[in-house]
Amino acid sequence: MSLTLLNVVLAVFIAICFVGANAAYLVWCERKGAGFYQRRPGPMENGWWGLLQPPIDGVKLMTKQLLIPGGVDKAIFMVAPVLAMFPALISFVTIPFSDNIVAHPIDVGVLVIFAFAALGGMSLLVAGWGSRNKYSMISSVRAVSQTVAYEIPLLITTITIVMISGSLNLGDIVQQQLDGFLSWNVWPLHKEVGFNLLMPVSFLILFVCSVAETNRAPFDLGEAESELVAGFHTEYSSMGFGLFFMGEYANIVIGSCLITILFLGGWSCPFGDLGIFPFTHNVGWFLLKIYLIIFVFIWIRWTFPRTTIYGLLNLSWKYLIPISLFNLLLTAGLLKVF
Amino acid sequence: MSQPIELQKDETFVLNVGPQHPATHGVLRVKMTMDGEYIYKAETVLGYIHRMHEKMAENRTYPQYMPNMGRLDYLSAMAFNHGYALVVERACGIEVPERAEYIRVITVELNRISSHLVWLGAYVLDLGGFTPLMYCFDDREQILDLLESVTGSRLTYCYFRFGGLYNDIDDEFITGTRAFIIRMRKELKMYAKLVTGNIILMKRLQGHGIIDKDMCQRYGATGPVARGSGLNYDVRKNEPYSVYPELDFDIPVNDGCDSYARYLVRMEEMEQSLRIIEQALDKLPEGPVNPEKKPKLIKPPSGDYYAAVETARGNFGIRLVSDGGKNAYRLKLRSPTYSNMHLFDEACRGMLLADALAFMGSLDLVIPEMDR
Repeated sequence: MSLTLLNVVLAVFIAICFVGANAAYLVWCERKGAGFYQRRPGPMENGWWGLLQPPIDGVKLMTKQLLIPGGVDKAIFMVAPVLAMFPALISFVTIPFSDNIVAHPIDVGVLVIFAFAALGGMSLLVAGWGSRNKYSMISSVRAVSQTVAYEIPLLITTITIVMISGSLNLGDIVQQQLDGFLSWNVWPLHKEVGFNLLMPVSFLILFVCSVAETNRAPFDLGEAESELVAGFHTEYSSMGFGLFFMGEYANIVIGSCLITILFLGGWSCPFGDLGIFPFTHNVGWFLLKIYLIIFVFIWIRWTFPRTTIYGLLNLSWKYLIPISLFNLLLTAGLLKVF
Repeated sequence: MSQPIELQKDETFVLNVGPQHPATHGVLRVKMTMDGEYIYKAETVLGYIHRMHEKMAENRTYPQYMPNMGRLDYLSAMAFNHGYALVVERACGIEVPERAEYIRVITVELNRISSHLVWLGAYVLDLGGFTPLMYCFDDREQILDLLESVTGSRLTYCYFRFGGLYNDIDDEFITGTRAFIIRMRKELKMYAKLVTGNIILMKRLQGHGIIDKDMCQRYGATGPVARGSGLNYDVRKNEPYSVYPELDFDIPVNDGCDSYARYLVRMEEMEQSLRIIEQALDKLPEGPVNPEKKPKLIKPPSGDYYAAVETARGNFGIRLVSDGGKNAYRLKLRSPTYSNMHLFDEACRGMLLADALAFMGSLDLVIPEMDR
């Protein structure tokens, strides 16, 4: 019993380190990526190629004054950033990085991730409400309607995969995609359901929903800076803002982990297990896949302008949800046939 | 699409946009009465950057007032230089050498392109796309370098003199400008691919921010705002000045009336400006850039004088009343975005906040010019 507890504590500690390092260096990657798309070098001053920029930014954020404006609902105001960060950390506990690197394999891992993802949406509402700022309020109302609209297709798509795999355990879902890249769920050919043309579409839906769930451009309506100044975190300074920021990047990592596990075969080597080191099923492939997806996230952010809230809701309710529902029905039917 | 809704007057709140807000690009303040995310009414509050430019004209001699022109519209300062030089030349009857006229046209049009580039970058930034801003500023940098080499300044130019120019251009400027024209044509094609055809951008601009012809005329809107509503009015064609009649160029007009129409008009104007520069460089005559005979002291005979030029934002009119002294008796500046801005309240009612700010960006506001 105590060993399990120790395990979980250790796992959370490692998750915090992983998330912290990722958040810090993803910001660096983001800025370098932005520079690459914008004909400029990005951060270059601190360290070789600006590699010391993230720790220095961290120190700056931590040493700044945490300003609590008059008139805010203090308790709620203070809780919101914590609420943004902690669900992301907990979610990492169930994510299998390879067949043996997983903090705590929970049989309902998918459920855990979605339960805590929903909590992340609440932090935005709480932050906007507690700030007592009109811009923050508008932003949090937007963010919540966005979270609700995009969690539905996200869940339906995931249920489709769960139906194919017959398991809510993320590890088991990957175990079924280990025979080379043709066995990945993203392809329309699958041994369980035969031929389902909608699978790549489902993959796209999951991808779009992850972008929207993490409030990233072109769906960054919660913090649309040209309309709502900084949205729900307008009033936050110092680490309050820092936690929102880290929470956002942690959510990106979780989103890409989920895409990788559900559709791209997790830690599996795309060529099947060849027995020679880099070409075995190992954690390297998993990291490669999630960072490729994060790269696409960054690429999209620096290419497209922002949509509007009604455009975003239309996309979800009129297209994504019907298509994913149809795919759910189709998959269920095919499962019966084959 | 935003649907027109019944707005409830008694369930509104006031959202204070500005004077420090990322979308207003300066110290413009708009008091928006909102019903949810819909705008019930928008009240513009000016005065945050008022510097009494008109009053200054009454206390300075005519040459001393020239630097003020660069401080009005900091993005197309050259055209403002032109307007002021034009009205004083008309008042004093000073002849401008032909070479100077051509150089004036070249620099004004270069400045117009750089102004539109800033607008394009800032506008797409308003819509949430950051990358085009960097591309636009990269191109604008080429223009600033060219203009810096002849005028000595990069932003607030004071290049024009009564009857001529501060400085002649050199061969380096001419070759640099020709190289820039080739580069800019390529870049405009890139912008068309990167920005103009973008589905998100089109959805956000098409059908939003409708201003019809009648509203433009009622408010006295000019420039790309009026031309985007199908109003074919451009001072360069309608009240020709300088050597514009000798150059072959088109005035882009679009009947769309929406934000996208204004966007397209400005993109087309950049191409036309390149055409003008190219022709002016070909026709550039030899000769002095300042008149041989020029009065030592500028003292226009008493009377009432007017000149108008087309800046990047529209009709800039300048009315000078002289009592024969060395200072103006009264100088009235009619700046384009002051009129363009006042459409905003009427046109934005019932719009969503996000659309209204996209609409505001399409008016291309420069606050120091509006709020002189």
